[in-house]
Amino acid sequence: MSDSETLQFRDPEKADRLTERLQTLMDEIGHPVNIMHVCGTHEQSIAKYGLRSRLPDGLSVRMGPGCPVCVTNMPEVDEAVALAEDGKIVATYGDMFQVPGTEKSLADAKGEGADVRIVYSASEAHEIAEENPDEDVIFFATGFETTAAPTAAVLTDDPADNFYVLSAHKYVPPAMELVAELPETDIDGFLAAGHAAVITGYGIFEEFVEKYETPVVVGGFEPLDVLLALERLLTFIRDGEPGLDNAYRRVVSEEGNVAAQDRMWEVFETTSGEWRGIAEIPDANMVMREAYADHDARKQFDIAPDVGESDPLTEQCICGDIMAGQADPDECALFGEECTPQNPVGACMVSSEGTCKIWLEYGGQPDL
Amino acid sequence: MCLGIPGQIKSIDGTKATVEFWDVEKDVRIDIVGDEVEEGDYILNHAGFAIRKIPDEEVEETIQLYEAILQGDEAEGLEEIGVPDEELGIGGPDER
Repeated sequence: MSDSETLQFRDPEKADRLTERLQTLMDEIGHPVNIMHVCGTHEQSIAKYGLRSRLPDGLSVRMGPGCPVCVTNMPEVDEAVALAEDGKIVATYGDMFQVPGTEKSLADAKGEGADVRIVYSASEAHEIAEENPDEDVIFFATGFETTAAPTAAVLTDDPADNFYVLSAHKYVPPAMELVAELPETDIDGFLAAGHAAVITGYGIFEEFVEKYETPVVVGGFEPLDVLLALERLLTFIRDGEPGLDNAYRRVVSEEGNVAAQDRMWEVFETTSGEWRGIAEIPDANMVMREAYADHDARKQFDIAPDVGESDPLTEQCICGDIMAGQADPDECALFGEECTPQNPVGACMVSSEGTCKIWLEYGGQPDL
Repeated sequence: MCLGIPGQIKSIDGTKATVEFWDVEKDVRIDIVGDEVEEGDYILNHAGFAIRKIPDEEVEETIQLYEAILQGDEAEGLEEIGVPDEELGIGGPDER
C-alpha cells in the first residue's frame, strides 16, 4: 500500500460525508444508540483522530473487553513473576512488563534482579531459548487470536527443549457473548475487531448475531474504516435487522486465515477462566493441549506464587466496569490522580491499548 | 502487541521474510500467512508474524465501497464491484 493509498482512508472530505450519513441514520432511528467495540486499536484510532467529536448526538461508541493486556488476570501475572523470581528467564511483550500482579509486576521483579526480557514476537522469545541452552526460558504469552496463532506457530516448529510457554492467551468471541448477556450492559451493536477477525474470519459471528439478535460489523482501523463500520451498524439498527457485515474487506474474509487457525487449535484448547475485573468467562482462556505438555510451563514447573498483600487502591479500580461497557474512565476516582501511566493501579492504565491510558494520553476526554 | 502493520516483502528465506515498513526492514515469519507470498507482496504483520497477504485489488475495492456508500446507493455500489449480498452477509437471518 503506498502512502497515498493509506491517506485515502483518512480523507477529511469523505469523513465529513460519512458523518453526515451517520446523522441522517440517527435521525431516522430516533433514539440513542450504544455501540461497543472490542479492540484497543479501535479506541486508539477513535481517540487519535477525534472521531467521537464527529459523531452525532446520541451515538455512543464505547470500548469493551478489547485490551488483552487488561484482561490478563492478576494470578497469571503472579505466575510469571514467580517463575522469574525462581531464576528462569521470562520473556514477554512490552505491554505486559508493568502490569501489576497481586503484589508485583514483572518490572518490579526485574528491578530486584530477575531476568525479565521484553520481546517483540514469540519467535524472538524462542531465539533467547536457543541462545541460552542451559537456561529455562519462559514466554509469558498474552493476547488474543492475533498473538495466539504466532505462539502456536513457534510451538509447532520443533521448539528448543528449554523453551516453555506460560499461556495467558484469550479468545474474543465468548467475551462478546458475556458482555451481550450482562443485564447492566445495553448494547445495540458490536464493532468487531478487524485483526482478530483476520484469523477467525467474520463468519464466526453469524451465530452470535442470530442468538443475541444484535448486529455485528467487522471494522478496520483507519478513520474511514471506523466510520464506514458505524454506518453499516446504524443501517442494520434502523432497519431492525440483526445483520452481519464485513467493513474491512482488504484483509478480512468470511473463513479467515485457515492456516493460522489450524496451528492455533492444534496447540490450544479453550477452557473457562477469569478475565481480570470482568468475570469468569466460559471457553475464553486458551490453554495448551496435552500433546504440548513438554513446553507448557504450568505442566513442567511447580508454580507457587508467594503473593503478599495487594495494593489497597486496587479495590477502587473500575477497570472491569469500563471493559464491560458500564463506565467511562473519568468516572473512576483514581483516574489521572493516583492512577497514571507512570504509576498505574489497574491494567487499563498500563497498556497502550487500555482505555484509561488512551483517554489520559489524548487529554482525558478524547472527544474534546 | 496487537497493532497490525502493513509492510512489503523484500526477500524470502524459508519461513522468514525481510519486510519493509516505512523504510524500516524487519524479519517476519511467513509460515501462518495462509497464502503464497512472494517478493513485492504486501502483508499484514502482527507481532512478528505475517497473518495475511493484502491483495492490491482489495485496497482499491474498499475505496470503491466507500465511494458507493457516500453516493447513498450502496446496493448498486456493491453490485458494481462484484460483491453479491449473500457474500457480504448483508440482511437479516432470513435472507442468508
